[in-house]
Amino acid sequence: MLPYKNHQEKLNLIKSGKLSLLENVKYFLDRAEEKKDINGFNFVFKEDALKSALDIQKKIIQGNAGRLAGMVIAIKDVLALKDKQLTCSSGILKNFISLYTGTAVQKIIDEDAIIIGKTNCDQFAMGSSNENSFFGNCLNPCDLTRVPGGSSGGSAAVVAAGLCDAALGTDTGGSIRQPAAFCGIYGLKPTYGRVSRYGLTAYASSFDCIGPMTGNVDDAELILSVISGFDPKDSTSMNIEPALSGKDYEQTSKYKIGVPKEYFAEGLDTEIKLRIEEYISFLKNSGFEFVNINLPYTQYSIATYYILTTAEASSNLSRFDGARYGFRSDYEGSLADMYTHSRSEGFGEEVKRRIMLGTYVLSAGYYDAYYRKAQQVRRLFKNDFENAFKQVDLLITPTAPTSAYKLGEKSNDPLQMYLGDIYTTSANLAGIPGISIPAGVNKQNLPIGIQFMANHFQENKLINISRFIENNFKNGK
Amino acid sequence: MSVTIKDVEHIAKLARLDIKENELENYTKHLNSILDYMEKLNELDTRGVEPLFNPIENTNFFREDIPVRSIPREEALKNAPARTDEHFKVPKVISQD
Repeated sequence: MLPYKNHQEKLNLIKSGKLSLLENVKYFLDRAEEKKDINGFNFVFKEDALKSALDIQKKIIQGNAGRLAGMVIAIKDVLALKDKQLTCSSGILKNFISLYTGTAVQKIIDEDAIIIGKTNCDQFAMGSSNENSFFGNCLNPCDLTRVPGGSSGGSAAVVAAGLCDAALGTDTGGSIRQPAAFCGIYGLKPTYGRVSRYGLTAYASSFDCIGPMTGNVDDAELILSVISGFDPKDSTSMNIEPALSGKDYEQTSKYKIGVPKEYFAEGLDTEIKLRIEEYISFLKNSGFEFVNINLPYTQYSIATYYILTTAEASSNLSRFDGARYGFRSDYEGSLADMYTHSRSEGFGEEVKRRIMLGTYVLSAGYYDAYYRKAQQVRRLFKNDFENAFKQVDLLITPTAPTSAYKLGEKSNDPLQMYLGDIYTTSANLAGIPGISIPAGVNKQNLPIGIQFMANHFQENKLINISRFIENNFKNGK
Repeated sequence: MSVTIKDVEHIAKLARLDIKENELENYTKHLNSILDYMEKLNELDTRGVEPLFNPIENTNFFREDIPVRSIPREEALKNAPARTDEHFKVPKVISQD
């Protein structure tokens, strides 16, 4: 067990000489080796981490270290780190070496975090169970026969297993929040535009978000504050305050919370439903006002999401052709043959399926029926949330309809797998932030996640409510 | 709208993917089940609704046109599957005759 609860405590222990950062990093590295069967890491940067530990320990003692000094962070293997492999857990990029470091990653390095390794995920972040990885399945540390969720399954697993202090994940339709729920940690998907996407391998550019996955609220807030902000290299990034709670924490109990009935309809696991009701009564007793909210388009979120994201993916992934980087097939033939064979041999099944689907909905004759239609519905989603947030500060919902399921349970039926994203995709359609917080375990000892959503750029409300629950709710387990 | 094996072959060609003979049926089945589900959207009346391309809807973003150094050639060629000293190498595009 770690002798600290959050990063501030860790820093204090290092400053007072009670904790050696080098020993701390060695502990994580040993533990990562010990827990190799989880398969959470694609790569561990042992030498770099040990060297950073020595350098940063000195800086901390000297008093000139950054805000994340000594925080040991794992990053999802879709994020670029110069001179390291960037595989997106795919065969087509298995040997690709990054030429630069992405903005969010550079920001945590600049604040003296230690990057311990790159984590497993679904190939190109396409999947909800981490079963689509070229490097094999990642297992849920709470139950090794179950999936950790996806696509940031590795990031969730290594945090939950205590192999690092925190991780960066990415969320296109729930890929931070759902694995956080399955593994029992915090996962924060920021507002679209809050964090620069520069150096994040694009899956669906108008949906993708980078965010923190942590064991406590404080660290999630701290990491978000570091990675946020405008970046000239991403014209969709924005600099809007406030990202943080800070002094408005006292306002928390005045929040009005909406309960969208569509998120509690058929298909939701009974234990999860009861657990959320428990939290709602606790919050009611603490003085929070609750309002019933209608989000009538919820039932259309999966269809809308998968039309738009596969369309964007088919376009984004056209760059992988074996010409300039990545895997090239041995097949001898024309240039066109080289493209086709490199792509066919290099991409995994789910990636190909989504490229096919995306190509279809964008193809002549179907563009209006699918793609344009879905973009119109996307507007309706955004309007729906805008109306809801005129009445309430937050929405409370489940993160996923079930707890972590068995490996292989859904992998042969893509549609069933997609339907598991029902509660998370809407936030990405509207671009609003959401957080999944751990809410104890079910009878099988599997973690339950509760999601809060807020209006654009109101992550402070998500942090505040999460902190309020973390501080005051004691019956979670 | 139902997708046939022939449609799947056509889409695969557009996407520069080679779907094996024995996989065609499976792809057709999965695509149809997903597309059937997507038909749900036709229940919604979206006449007059402006499509939403980006959730933040910030308009054109301009910056000063200042030239900056990009990735040097040697770096850019580092990940090339085949290369010459200065170029990416690919199969011949123009035939000799």
